Amino acid sequence: MKTRNAIISAILMLALAVSAFAQTGQRAVGSASRAGSVPSAQSRELLIQNATILTASHGTIKNGSILIRDGKIAAVGTDVKARDPNARIIDATGKYVTPGIIDCHSHTAVDGNVNEGTLSVTSMVRIQDVINPYDPDLYRQLAGGLTVANVLHGSANSIGGQNAVIKLKVGKPVNEWFIQDAPPGIKFALGENPKRSNRQVGNFAIPQRYPATRMGVEETIRGAFIRAKDYMREWQEYEAKKSSDKNAIPPRRDLQLDALVEILQGKRFIHSHCYRADEIVMLLNLGDELGFHVQTLQHVLEGYKVAKEIAAHKTGGSTFSDWWAYKMEAYDAIPYNAALMASRGVVVSLNSDSEELARRLYLEAAKAMKYGGVSEEEALRMVTLNPAIQLGIDKHVGSIDVGKDGDVVIFSQHPFSVYTVPEMTIIEGEVYFDRAKDLQQRAELKREKEELIKREREQRGPRGPRPGERPEEPQPRPTPTDREGQR
Amino acid sequence: MRTKAILFATLLVIAAAAPMLTASAQGGAETYAIRNARIVTVTGPVIENGTIVISDGKITAVGKNLSAPAGAKVIDATGLSVYPGMIDSGTTLGLVEIGSVAGSVDTAEIGDNNANIHVDVAIQPDSTHIPVARVNGITTVLTEPRGGLIAGQSALINLDGWVPRDMVLKSPAAMHINWPGSGRGGEFEFGPAQPQRSVAEVRREQERRVESIRKLLKDAAAYGDAKDARAKDPSLPKQDVDLKLEALIPVVRGQVPVVIHADMERDIKAAIAFADEMKIKMILAGGAEAYKVADQLRAKNIPVLVGPVLRMPAKEDDPYDAVYANAGLLAKAGVKIAFQTMDSAYVRNLPYHAGMAAAFGLAKDEALKAVTINPAEIFGVADKIGSIEQGKIADLIVTDGDPLEIRTQIKFLFINGRQIPLTSKHTELYERYKARP
Repeated sequence: MKTRNAIISAILMLALAVSAFAQTGQRAVGSASRAGSVPSAQSRELLIQNATILTASHGTIKNGSILIRDGKIAAVGTDVKARDPNARIIDATGKYVTPGIIDCHSHTAVDGNVNEGTLSVTSMVRIQDVINPYDPDLYRQLAGGLTVANVLHGSANSIGGQNAVIKLKVGKPVNEWFIQDAPPGIKFALGENPKRSNRQVGNFAIPQRYPATRMGVEETIRGAFIRAKDYMREWQEYEAKKSSDKNAIPPRRDLQLDALVEILQGKRFIHSHCYRADEIVMLLNLGDELGFHVQTLQHVLEGYKVAKEIAAHKTGGSTFSDWWAYKMEAYDAIPYNAALMASRGVVVSLNSDSEELARRLYLEAAKAMKYGGVSEEEALRMVTLNPAIQLGIDKHVGSIDVGKDGDVVIFSQHPFSVYTVPEMTIIEGEVYFDRAKDLQQRAELKREKEELIKREREQRGPRGPRPGERPEEPQPRPTPTDREGQR
Repeated sequence: MRTKAILFATLLVIAAAAPMLTASAQGGAETYAIRNARIVTVTGPVIENGTIVISDGKITAVGKNLSAPAGAKVIDATGLSVYPGMIDSGTTLGLVEIGSVAGSVDTAEIGDNNANIHVDVAIQPDSTHIPVARVNGITTVLTEPRGGLIAGQSALINLDGWVPRDMVLKSPAAMHINWPGSGRGGEFEFGPAQPQRSVAEVRREQERRVESIRKLLKDAAAYGDAKDARAKDPSLPKQDVDLKLEALIPVVRGQVPVVIHADMERDIKAAIAFADEMKIKMILAGGAEAYKVADQLRAKNIPVLVGPVLRMPAKEDDPYDAVYANAGLLAKAGVKIAFQTMDSAYVRNLPYHAGMAAAFGLAKDEALKAVTINPAEIFGVADKIGSIEQGKIADLIVTDGDPLEIRTQIKFLFINGRQIPLTSKHTELYERYKARP
């Protein structure tokens, strides 16, 4: 009996995998074709009307409408009409509309490990090469109103890899996901993760590697930039003499240092993972000394202690709403961090660092109101306009303003109410998530899954699981205490 | 075979032996009158413009048109609401301070059978997590051990006290079993990958582990019978003391409930069948896929400690909101539910787990019950906490709105009838750095 059960479950498992893939595919096709197949959607216009619009830039518009034409916001206000009589119209009476949610710290869709953790400086590796558009978590995040993610390399290295800023255009070819003129960025990391002090015992045992202290982290970054400056000078010398000297030899191309030179030239943003006040100030000072700017401090859980210094450097802070105590360097973290940094003039965003949390960043923003009394619009900006500013893409996204991309979310209630449900997520005027449709499709998907299992069973017949086959049921996700880890 | 009479007698003995709860043990339990409040009693109708009198740690009066006793401290709650303090039905609060610092973590003992360990001796009353949780309206939690198959005994604690004994409402509250195969670990990016095993292998291992629990419970029953027999007839041979079996006697006799932690449908079904077979009083915890087994849970009268709600669906092809919608489907099927965060630092987010469940189908008043009266009933302390009723312990929160809403602020907090300052490590650091020049 047991053996037979085992056989059946092995078959089930395969079928499940097939069906999961089919489902993802179907959803993807469904969402992509929705805009194209509905007659009215052939129109270049989409009108959302009768909504309460939280613009994130210029207050709240009651009973307002948004007209999106060719993917861009063409008009916002109380007296907005579609030009095209065939325009798709969404009646949002009683509902709330916000800009698409932007996550300034994500590792979503990274195919495999987020860390090239073999070196302390890995500025040559690129997240854009490993985006997996079929990751089921992408749709789940869309269902939480997320439209843009800053996909970062992990924090195992003092200087990590290059980031990718993507729109969650599930169902479209992945090359259409990258925001083309988003300034390129790179991950830095300070503190416990690059020194790997939490990874020396038990299941996490990994080989020691330099650096193992905060002193070593500083020195690693300093050393890398000193090499980069030499390298930059060699190139400058070569460029200067190559027209007059035919025998001038170009320096050997170094992909690791190329990225650092881009930082020195202000062409690449540093997004640095950090926790403690001392290491935050260290990096800012090192930048002053060596000539680099830190675009955002990520996590920055003790940012509130040195908000003045951060603001003086015109550096952004991208933090968690309320994470703390999961490791030593997070023990002084407080949920008032966002409010305190903002009050000192720091541009603050609230991020997820987690596919799970990214599904409800709209509620994380409400916590900035609870803890420290940030205004409603400023709180909303922390998950929309502010991350857009930090990523250098605020001319395209982050608020509901004419000329920006038509990226909006329709909520059943105020987005800061715990009882709200995101009902529609729209990117560039196309509906990528529609809860009503999702609910409708469930019965069909269930039927399809059963059919697939049946067919698989018929085709394979009763035979044993193949060697090394995985058990049918995936293990539950890590509990919240495992959060952050090395990411 | 045990008779009902024996069971009843045993229960009486246990009840008599339970330590008396004296709120005054804390000191400073004064008389308070909260006036002009909207009182959400949870078990009765909402009282508009009402008064609550608190004396000697208890709620001594609730109603309209009550006068404040002489000498009572009067709190004017005009425009505010009073709710019972919230209860988190699954935490490690008091057992862990900093997740990654081993020296500050006392959650999981070594070995498969830890039936004899009990958390009430290891709760750190000065944990900074405690004030952080209570200033957000959580006044009582179930603190539970985590390690092994039989993890040990949990305690229901109130979140104020000088020593653990001040805090304990009930211990043991339950015995905890981590159902084999429910895999409470997870995937990690670092460290050696877990070797992949075949389905058959996983099943065999699971069977072996379930069998080991079955044997323990049977041994405990036999051990208890032998002990009773010798108590009646001292001429019988003396037994060696076995603390683990000793701890399991009240479990096999149905006097202490068993919280079985399981998430996946198949594990839950197996656990239900096991509880039936062993005649133990089961409470399901976790229950990510409990909605798929709702009818069975209802039929067997098994309550579910749902949570965490704020997590990803268990399976790749689950609906995106499967975990959010779970509690609502269970409640609709008539299953009694409570919420658990399964955390320590984030116990303060308990109301948002309940709130998310309410956004996805659970009635709002059911969500509130699931963090107040339901857990009190599930753990057998509904005569003490979980609602605003005369005679209950004064665990109360005074708020400026719905406590499940994030933007709501707690204005006053009472635990054991003592007014608790709304400060924590977090508010202290906030005040300090807000004042930085």
